[in-house]
Amino acid sequence: MSSREIILAAVKRNQPPLSQLPDISMFNVVEVDIASKYTDTFTGIGGQVIAFTEVDAIKKIIPEHFDISKRIVTTLPELSDVAELIAVDVDPHSYEDVELAIIQARLAVAENGAVWLTENVMGQRIIPYICQHLAVVVYEDSLVSTMHDAYVKIASEDYGFGGFIGGPSKTADIEQALVLGAHGPLSMTIFLIK
Amino acid sequence: MKSTADHASLAEKFNRDEERVDWHDGALWWIRQKRDRSANLTPQWEELREAASGIKSNVISNLHDYLVQFEENLIKNGVKVYWASDAEEHNEIVYSILKGKEITQMVKSKSMLTEECGLNEYLHERGIDVINSDLGEYIQQIDNEPPSHIVLPCIHKKKEEIGELFHEHLGTEKGLSDPTLLTRVARKHLRNVFLTRRAALTGVNFAVAETGEYVVCTNEGNADMGAHLSEVQIASMGLEKLIPERKHLGVFLRLLARSAIGQPITIYSSHFKKPRPGQEMHLILVDKGRSSLLARPDFRDSLKCIKCGGCMNTCPVYRKSGGLSYHNTISGPIGAILAPNLDMQQHADLPFASTLCGSCSNVCPVKIPIHDQLYKWRQVIVKEGYVANRKTLSMKAMSLTFASPDIYRTAGMTGRWILNHAPFAVNNKFNPWYKQRDMPDSPKQSFGEWYKKNIKDKSKG
Repeated sequence: MSSREIILAAVKRNQPPLSQLPDISMFNVVEVDIASKYTDTFTGIGGQVIAFTEVDAIKKIIPEHFDISKRIVTTLPELSDVAELIAVDVDPHSYEDVELAIIQARLAVAENGAVWLTENVMGQRIIPYICQHLAVVVYEDSLVSTMHDAYVKIASEDYGFGGFIGGPSKTADIEQALVLGAHGPLSMTIFLIK
Repeated sequence: MKSTADHASLAEKFNRDEERVDWHDGALWWIRQKRDRSANLTPQWEELREAASGIKSNVISNLHDYLVQFEENLIKNGVKVYWASDAEEHNEIVYSILKGKEITQMVKSKSMLTEECGLNEYLHERGIDVINSDLGEYIQQIDNEPPSHIVLPCIHKKKEEIGELFHEHLGTEKGLSDPTLLTRVARKHLRNVFLTRRAALTGVNFAVAETGEYVVCTNEGNADMGAHLSEVQIASMGLEKLIPERKHLGVFLRLLARSAIGQPITIYSSHFKKPRPGQEMHLILVDKGRSSLLARPDFRDSLKCIKCGGCMNTCPVYRKSGGLSYHNTISGPIGAILAPNLDMQQHADLPFASTLCGSCSNVCPVKIPIHDQLYKWRQVIVKEGYVANRKTLSMKAMSLTFASPDIYRTAGMTGRWILNHAPFAVNNKFNPWYKQRDMPDSPKQSFGEWYKKNIKDKSKG
């Protein structure tokens, strides 16, 4: 017998009688002021939220917040005059020198500040992890209260890779001292569009 | 790999430096307090724990079908699936994947399973170099020491000691111990590792039977840096990591980081489903004692564990004895109930490394009755004869004392007389209860004696 057959047979023999799955529908809650809840949470994690009324206005503030002498990439065609559009078919290693990546979230979660990204909005899977600074465009109408609501929206969508990102990368492995910028971005900014 | 020292003697070593013990105790208690604040801010927290426990009960009871469903979906998604009964088979599989691609260097993100399997050593002997990329695990690796905590691998180390290791291995200035500066040095060094490794291995936090995707949680971003730059991506997971449907991730991702370190969610919760074009994805399902644990009704609930480390942070014994004294990859209360299933003789001491205070069970996000299981393991271990003679004898003496009121009263009186008149008879190096402890003064009389004198006598008069 193969290990597969041995393991499956042992599991079948040893598992207890079927126990029913609990109902988890009661966890969906409605937040009153979801945008301010989101902003508070994300700021508390060590991120930054800047509110805009339109995507075009982002262009003006980029030089104030980031080093524009370095490489800036995006997946948003509206920003193509201030940033290079990410190519999906080049070697991911070629993005190792990206200073700032600007991408758009599918949704964002008020209870923990996390944005949901799938590989099609990342351009390439490595982008939001390899850049020194990450900026994510979030439309206010894409905010949800909790992770349960997030998965209701994600539903059975097919993707090759997707990820929640809830702030700048961090570590506290050295004497519990919080350090932002472990292996991923040193900072994360949300451009919140009304 | 039989260990020669047991928990008590390793803890005694740790306890020699009182200042360090207090510091270690305080650091972990601070994390426990962060967990409490975070839990209190989350509406329906107790209902969430209940739901998580219920979902895991369902998984345990239907594991066979979920495994088959998961495998089917993995294959559909283009992932190659392997099954390993034990550590040896797991390590062989990883080696054969790497060898087939002529790869001699691999980067690894945090995976307690591969630590348990001794993967790094196995591959090293065969000419393959593995670097652990989680900062805490990297520090432990260069110090040639196993992790002392599953979430905070080097929680027992002072920054000056880490500075010394970096000086030796990464050429930093002698005396440099600032956590931010040390982290920057590691970031630069490991970035070069990520960029040059063709293979990356990750652990798995949750695997979804319904979709065939698996989720890896980190704060540092190291799993993603390794995986998305690799041409060969390998994931190793224990059978118990399965959950039925994608929507159940909502429950577990809300609980995991809050229970672990009081954070609302890990910075990165990455859902890996299909390889990117030109990449290979491999997933190894590892039994290594899981299926035999399923056969133990008293202990199978420990398979619900989501490895948050909450039970370690709250445990008074863990906080004051340090993770390494458990001589097991997974330390603390959860390690003490998982280890005896794998090797009862080697780990016979671990269920006794507890006060049975129950704090672990109270913080467990999936409601494993950890302290009940510790108590039950003690009984199994004594019955199977794996306990030191000294403990068996003293337990027999204790059961005799408690079974007879006369012996109990005499023993109590004798004990109090000795404590008050001849403390040196018990407070000496032959009595382990006096190690690292100051005993309070003994009362002049027992409650029974006091009651007889004050209540019974008065009611008569």
